[in-house]
Amino acid sequence: MAETKEKEPLFSTKNKKLLSEPMVRNNPITVQVLGICSALAITVKLEPSLVMALSVVVIMGVSNVIISLLRNMIPPRIRIIVMLTVIASLVVLTDEVLEAFLYDVSKQLSVFVGLIITNCIIMGRLEAFASSNKPWPSFLDGIGNAAGYGWILIVVGFFRELFGSGEVFGYPVFEKIGLYSIGYENNGLMILPPAALFVVGIIIWVQRSRHPELVEEN
Amino acid sequence: MKALREYIDKIKPHFEKGGKFEKLHSVFDGFETFLFVPNRVTTRGSHIRDAIDMKRTMATVVLAMFPALLFGIWNVGYQHFQVTESMPEFWTIVGYGLIKVLPIVVVSYVTGLAIEFFFAQIRGHEINEGFLVSGMLIPLVLPPTIPLWMVALATAFAVILGKEVFGGTGMNILNPALTARAFLFFAYPAYMSGDKVWIAENAADATTGATPLAEAAAGNSDSLPDFWNMFFGFIPGSIGETSTALIIVGAIILLFTGVGSWRIMLTAILGGLTMGLLFNLWGANEFMQIPAHHQLVMGGFAFGVVFMATDPVSATQTTKGKYIYGFLIGFLGILIRVFNPAYPEGIMLAILFMNVMSPLIDHYVIQANIKHRMKRAKLNSA
Repeated sequence: MAETKEKEPLFSTKNKKLLSEPMVRNNPITVQVLGICSALAITVKLEPSLVMALSVVVIMGVSNVIISLLRNMIPPRIRIIVMLTVIASLVVLTDEVLEAFLYDVSKQLSVFVGLIITNCIIMGRLEAFASSNKPWPSFLDGIGNAAGYGWILIVVGFFRELFGSGEVFGYPVFEKIGLYSIGYENNGLMILPPAALFVVGIIIWVQRSRHPELVEEN
Repeated sequence: MKALREYIDKIKPHFEKGGKFEKLHSVFDGFETFLFVPNRVTTRGSHIRDAIDMKRTMATVVLAMFPALLFGIWNVGYQHFQVTESMPEFWTIVGYGLIKVLPIVVVSYVTGLAIEFFFAQIRGHEINEGFLVSGMLIPLVLPPTIPLWMVALATAFAVILGKEVFGGTGMNILNPALTARAFLFFAYPAYMSGDKVWIAENAADATTGATPLAEAAAGNSDSLPDFWNMFFGFIPGSIGETSTALIIVGAIILLFTGVGSWRIMLTAILGGLTMGLLFNLWGANEFMQIPAHHQLVMGGFAFGVVFMATDPVSATQTTKGKYIYGFLIGFLGILIRVFNPAYPEGIMLAILFMNVMSPLIDHYVIQANIKHRMKRAKLNSA
């Protein structure tokens, strides 16, 4: 897919930026505040968070390439419906793969795999980037944004599982190091969806303290 | 006193800019102004300063809470010995209460102040006294059986996420003490509600008692204590909230010194009564049939209305807004309490909810006033 007819190297500074920018400076969740819904819903445990993150990376990467390849053929007036069709097909594919190979996780994610279709990050990137850029940069952009979304999900999932259930990937860490025997109890708040907001809020706080230029003026 | 003053003056240069403990300036400043009236003068802007600064205001509130705290200490002991065989003499009861309550107070203060000092250092602020009040409120709204590490965790949560994130004292949206309680309520429900927590117990005899609210929610309104018992507070409950009588003493102190807003207190009580009477009219279940004035002395209603709802930072600022804010706190508090037995302490949720709403109320009150005056201005000019 790497059509590099131009002289630009594969990982030029511009392309690297496409990957690195969404990690912190233009993170879909903490800066653009998109995709919050799934970040609240499926991050109770680490495993579903990880699977969700990977699914979104795959779907975004592929859909960005497809739309980018089709970008000159799609009539502008029906572009949204074409994008939706592409995403929906990919989501169905992903869902089938998950059900076949990761049935338990797929059960936990339930409707939220299907709802990747409505994840505004994907539509946003297709509309803003892929429909006016070449396939390779579009691919990087898709992967970058999905990874920016994914790492937040994984961090939130890690803390919620650790403090809410005392486990990491289902392994009872707190029990093994003997926290319960000295009177520790799992924090019920971390299992509730608002806990994800607290964790995301803390990530936002840390990010803006380190990058003051991100602080919005009002 | 003079020797202390001289000593402080002697070590002061070390904490000024360029001194060797420059980083600890705000800690030093905090202690100096705590001990002596600051000698700073205003250099620009308004030159009139009220003798009531934040330290005095906060000290007044702490003073107002003392009757409730002292009674709470006694009541913790009283409730404990009531379930054991014999009732010992007064000082044994108080001693037992002290052993249970004092650690909670100490943990709350140490955790909270440590975090406040830490943030004051890294931000270069003065240390604020806001936590003097929150640090006392937090133990008063907790059950005596709460494990100490939970107190510390909740205090840290309330101070960091309830206050420092928004910029420290005076910038918080929510009442920090209630944030701490809400955190514990959702994080460790088994320790905060239900019928197993309210009496400090020995490991040997695991006898416990339900609060009147828990009884009412369970539909046993026959076993409720009578009005005067609940009014004077001889009932199980959180440390400081049981005695409505002594909370009224605190309220008088607050009202007399002008620190608490009578508008909020009055309208909150009216709101609670209104909702209680509405429920009496409806009377669909036993909880609804509880007389409205009983609702006011049960649970944390009085405590919340007097000490939490009147928090000047998180309450509404406008006069009209205060009426609306207070009324809705009372109204919603009873509504949540009766409609959702899973959340017996509705007043906590009602106050937090209205804290969030208060900027909105203020906005509309101010807009209405602007509109009103614009209309008048147009009439005059026409």
